[in-house]
Amino acid sequence: MSGTLRAEGVSKSFGGLQALADCSLTAPAGRITGLIGPNGSGKTTLFNAITGYEHIDAGQVYLDDRRITGASPQRVFSLGVGRTFQLTRIFPRLTVLENMLVPANRGRPARGRREHAMDLLAFTGIASHAGSLAGTLSYGQRKLLELAYVLVADPAVVLLDEPAGGVNPSLIHHIADRIRELNSAGRTFLIVEHNMEFVMGLCHEVTVLDSGTVVASGPPEVIRTDPRVLDAYLGTEAADD
Amino acid sequence: MTSDRAAGEAAASEQDGGRPVAPEPGTTAPGTTAPATTAPAAVTPAAGTRHARPLRSRSVPVAGVAVLIAVIAVFPLVFTNPTATNFGVITLIFVAVAAAWNIFSGFSGYLSLGHAVFYGTGAYFLVVAAKDWNLNGADVFWLLPLAGAVAALIAVPLGLVALRVRRHTFVVITIAFFFIAQLSASNLAVTGGSSGVLAPIPNWAAATFNNPFYYLAMLLAAAAVALSVLIRRSRFGLQLRAIRDDEDRAAGLGVRAMPVKLAALVLSAFITGMAGALWVYFIGQAVPQFVFDPLFDLAVVLMVFFGGLGTIAGPVLGALILEPTQLYLNLQESNSYESEILFGALFLVVILFLPRGVLPTAGEWLTAGRIRRLRGDWLAWRAGRTADRPVPPAAGNLS
Repeated sequence: MSGTLRAEGVSKSFGGLQALADCSLTAPAGRITGLIGPNGSGKTTLFNAITGYEHIDAGQVYLDDRRITGASPQRVFSLGVGRTFQLTRIFPRLTVLENMLVPANRGRPARGRREHAMDLLAFTGIASHAGSLAGTLSYGQRKLLELAYVLVADPAVVLLDEPAGGVNPSLIHHIADRIRELNSAGRTFLIVEHNMEFVMGLCHEVTVLDSGTVVASGPPEVIRTDPRVLDAYLGTEAADD
Repeated sequence: MTSDRAAGEAAASEQDGGRPVAPEPGTTAPGTTAPATTAPAAVTPAAGTRHARPLRSRSVPVAGVAVLIAVIAVFPLVFTNPTATNFGVITLIFVAVAAAWNIFSGFSGYLSLGHAVFYGTGAYFLVVAAKDWNLNGADVFWLLPLAGAVAALIAVPLGLVALRVRRHTFVVITIAFFFIAQLSASNLAVTGGSSGVLAPIPNWAAATFNNPFYYLAMLLAAAAVALSVLIRRSRFGLQLRAIRDDEDRAAGLGVRAMPVKLAALVLSAFITGMAGALWVYFIGQAVPQFVFDPLFDLAVVLMVFFGGLGTIAGPVLGALILEPTQLYLNLQESNSYESEILFGALFLVVILFLPRGVLPTAGEWLTAGRIRRLRGDWLAWRAGRTADRPVPPAAGNLS
């Protein structure tokens, strides 16, 4: 399963605010890449730029060798890039199973879609809620549902925006295990997360963003001790851990 | 694996206040699907596993529907008074319109106040075509599908413009389209200007004059409801409801929102156009102020909200209750404004106290009552068990 995601020289400003400034990042195929940085550093804006939710002012985005700059969210998804949101965006008035049937999944017959959806719900651990309205799920369960329905179309690349945010510790481990399992099959992940234990324990590579610019990139053990990262984001306490 | 299972149960049971929830029969417990090295198999391992089918779990009250159809079918045979059958024809036309409006607005969440454009287009098409092609009697009914097609055709450019915006802006644009249509009908030569165009008058027996209109209106209403059911159960309907909940998110999951919304609008316009054509043939004349009536959309919206927005039975119930009531009040009072004030007040009551409609709210009350009863039974049973047990000593006696 290929799926290298590249952003090259991406810039985006909102009025006078420069959210992304010549930002370049690579999420190599089959790897889990973490994207960290202080609040307002441009992480979610970069996600939005990659997935077509924001038009960028400059730069390019590639999936493998295919340019996907400016493609609509629908197009980006159909090309094999799925994403979740920091604040979960599910369909609250549909049942959990109906949520799973919303994503386009061409080439799979209707009956097969239902079975596949139930398998994914079982995989994420919320199959027993299949018939419940999604709006009745807890926050953590919504995170799992969002992960599950992004997987429906079997995307090569999955972008997760704070998958562990606001989630209880046992569920965080559950989510991490699911990501590892999916990655072991070759799926690429790009993960925005503030939970350093989660990021450092899960990711093969970590990229640090500050003020819309990449300040460091490398393996977690290197990033953990990088003075620029300590200065911009982690602080000295993290280095002492 | 044990920790996986525990975490999975924690995920599943968070909503239940920590109570562990047993995996659904037939589903595979998390963490037991496959080893970590075979994740794809874990994601799609269970070819052959059987899962519950919550989407189709609601049983259709077939008997109730059959009785309703039978009652509607024999109504003009039992109540032969022309006033009664007149009420019947208009009511069934509004059942069709309410169901059609619901197909678009109820399912997609885009509230249209411009469906009178499609209703009026269908109506004007019928009277003008019947006049130009010298059609009369039952032959005029063959124009109904064409009238629907013309309304559907009009819906395409309107939809391409209006569906680019959402919420209040969309509502305002649909109102603007309505006034453009009304002004056009009042000024164009083809529509006869403000004096309108007469529909042909069928040469039928007075005693059963209304019956062909009645049964055609019934057929149209049934078709509109059947189409609603089909759409509600289809992937197309699911995409519409996903758009209603979060259009941007749906697009991010591969849903092509614009074609889906436009298709719903076109289908809705097709039925509304046919209903308008049937209505104008029944009342006999197309004049701008009645064909493009600003109260038309408000009446339809009230019917659907009253019965239950986005439901199948809601628009039917709303039209079956409200339209005859309004017709009756108009008949009793010399001025129709009294019924309009009453319906305005009802609109307020529905929006304030029953925003989801009568049917969904009644369903919630019934469910809540049932849960209260079950809880009462359970508490009584628990109290009985507690009474049978020996009473533990009070804390003060433990020393």
